[in-house]
Amino acid sequence: MSADFLYGIEVVLNGLMAGVMYALVALGFVLIFKASGIFNFAQGVMALFAALTLVGIMEGQVPFAHIINATFGTELHHFGWEVPAILAITCTVGVMILFAWAVQRFLFRHLVGQEPIILFMATIGLAYFLEGMGDLMWGSDIKTLALGLPQGGSRWIEDATAGLGGDDFYGFFIDKLDMVATVVAIVLVAGLIAFSQYTKHGRAMRAVADDHQAALSVGISLNFIWILVWSLAGFVALVAGIMWGAKSGVQFSLSLIALKALPVLMLGGFTSIPGAIVGGLIIGVGEKLFEYLVGPMVGGATENWFAYVLALLFLVFRPQGLFGEKIIERV
Amino acid sequence: MKDNGESFVTEDGRTIGEVMLDLRDITLRFGGVEAIKSISFDIREGEIRAIIGPNGAGKSSMLNVISGFYIPQDGEVWFHGKKRAPLKPYQVARQGIARTFQNIALFEGMTVLDNIMTGRLNYTKSGLLAQAIWKGKAEREETENREKVERVIDFLEIQAIRKTPVGRLPYGLKKRVELARALAAEPKLLLLDEPMAGMNVEEKEDMSRFILDVNDEFGTTIALIEHDMGVVMDLSDRVVVMDYGKKIGDGTPDEVRNNQAVIDAYLGVAHED
Repeated sequence: MSADFLYGIEVVLNGLMAGVMYALVALGFVLIFKASGIFNFAQGVMALFAALTLVGIMEGQVPFAHIINATFGTELHHFGWEVPAILAITCTVGVMILFAWAVQRFLFRHLVGQEPIILFMATIGLAYFLEGMGDLMWGSDIKTLALGLPQGGSRWIEDATAGLGGDDFYGFFIDKLDMVATVVAIVLVAGLIAFSQYTKHGRAMRAVADDHQAALSVGISLNFIWILVWSLAGFVALVAGIMWGAKSGVQFSLSLIALKALPVLMLGGFTSIPGAIVGGLIIGVGEKLFEYLVGPMVGGATENWFAYVLALLFLVFRPQGLFGEKIIERV
Repeated sequence: MKDNGESFVTEDGRTIGEVMLDLRDITLRFGGVEAIKSISFDIREGEIRAIIGPNGAGKSSMLNVISGFYIPQDGEVWFHGKKRAPLKPYQVARQGIARTFQNIALFEGMTVLDNIMTGRLNYTKSGLLAQAIWKGKAEREETENREKVERVIDFLEIQAIRKTPVGRLPYGLKKRVELARALAAEPKLLLLDEPMAGMNVEEKEDMSRFILDVNDEFGTTIALIEHDMGVVMDLSDRVVVMDYGKKIGDGTPDEVRNNQAVIDAYLGVAHED
């Protein structure tokens, strides 16, 4: 096999794993949109907030330390303990559930029956509120997420594959963190699917996603389901926050991963969980391959725009995405 | 008309029980429009109660008040001898009041079987964790739910379409699936909003038979809105007549048929000769 071909395979593999990371973010969007028709602009900030909270709890930071110190003239910063990762993750999940409840109680409960654009605007407000809240609670400096996840290229895979090509080929470079992310994403998606197929609340969730009125008439509380869905989206945001945070540090730019999820949603459709996965993979592989094959001819940096152009093409030719429900307007 | 309390026997020899649902001076307003003007009537255990009236009389609004979709500005709803606080639709459903809709509200993306299974959601007691931990109990529940659902499917003769996505079904069958979902919840009171609207004669006959059978076999109390007078007179034990938000008649089909106010408002055409 020629080295070029093998490099091509490596590009595809890395693309697939980058795609998994995109899919993780897109998944949160799909969950909320499907159940409530709300396009949640705050999904990216939720990932940031979850990651900030996780780091804060692990390092034993005092939440709202700045406000407390400014008000009472104290010098509090740390509790002086460190919380084990598992416990900290559990606490963060609790915080995200609390957040889901608050969003429902104080925001969307008052907006039932409003136009989608108004709900969308509300999530923009929510995004900025949550961003400020994250700053206020945990401070605005860049943090590292020390969960002990493996980092860097896998030597083992590199050595094992080095012999495949000629002298020009040094073996596949696969990031260990990407591999972990892939496994986590698979478990997460399998869990979500099992939940929605086999549990009472999962079924109720599907029912609400399908028809609100009918759901009410069989005794499903929309309010409860929406809190549940936002909690799940919060959990997905936490997972995305952990993976992206471990990759590039926990900082404000983390919230911008939401922008990368948009083209994924255009491709996969806003209402399909498998669509989010496949859309993420296509974007991941597409942009890496495009950069590898076409990038050198146009001066590189195609990864910045490739996903959006692809999404634009989809909007023109298949607006409902690959798996989305076809929009048919009866006259 | 009999007073509250004791049961009685109708003209065609059917025993009607005590008052199950009692509506007292219900008034419902949408802004300045009064959709329901101080209406009172009751629904007794085991009966088939029809609500009739011309278009816009407020019949559907009345059903929506009973099922909690609308909260009346005035008046009281008494259920099983207790005054009911304003409830959300899902809370009403959990009390054992199931309903169907005029414009059919089904889960279009699910199969017929899954749709009917949603009617059993409130009988699934095991919560999230329990379902993961005590697999045995959850499985027993699932089996029981499936048996109930299968019985309803047999009863309404929709075995052939059980795996079909509801979105692909013709109108008449959708109506039947919606009824099946309501029945799966084993309701004490079943509310049917125009169960035969848009059906042909044959479908109407089928639906009438099902409604009678449900009442007969499961002992379900039924309140229904219907336009087809022939159907109403055949099916119902007692009839409430509404016009412009007011109650203009209440009684057995015969009493209502001979009520001058009803004839003027509703059957006027038939009386013209």
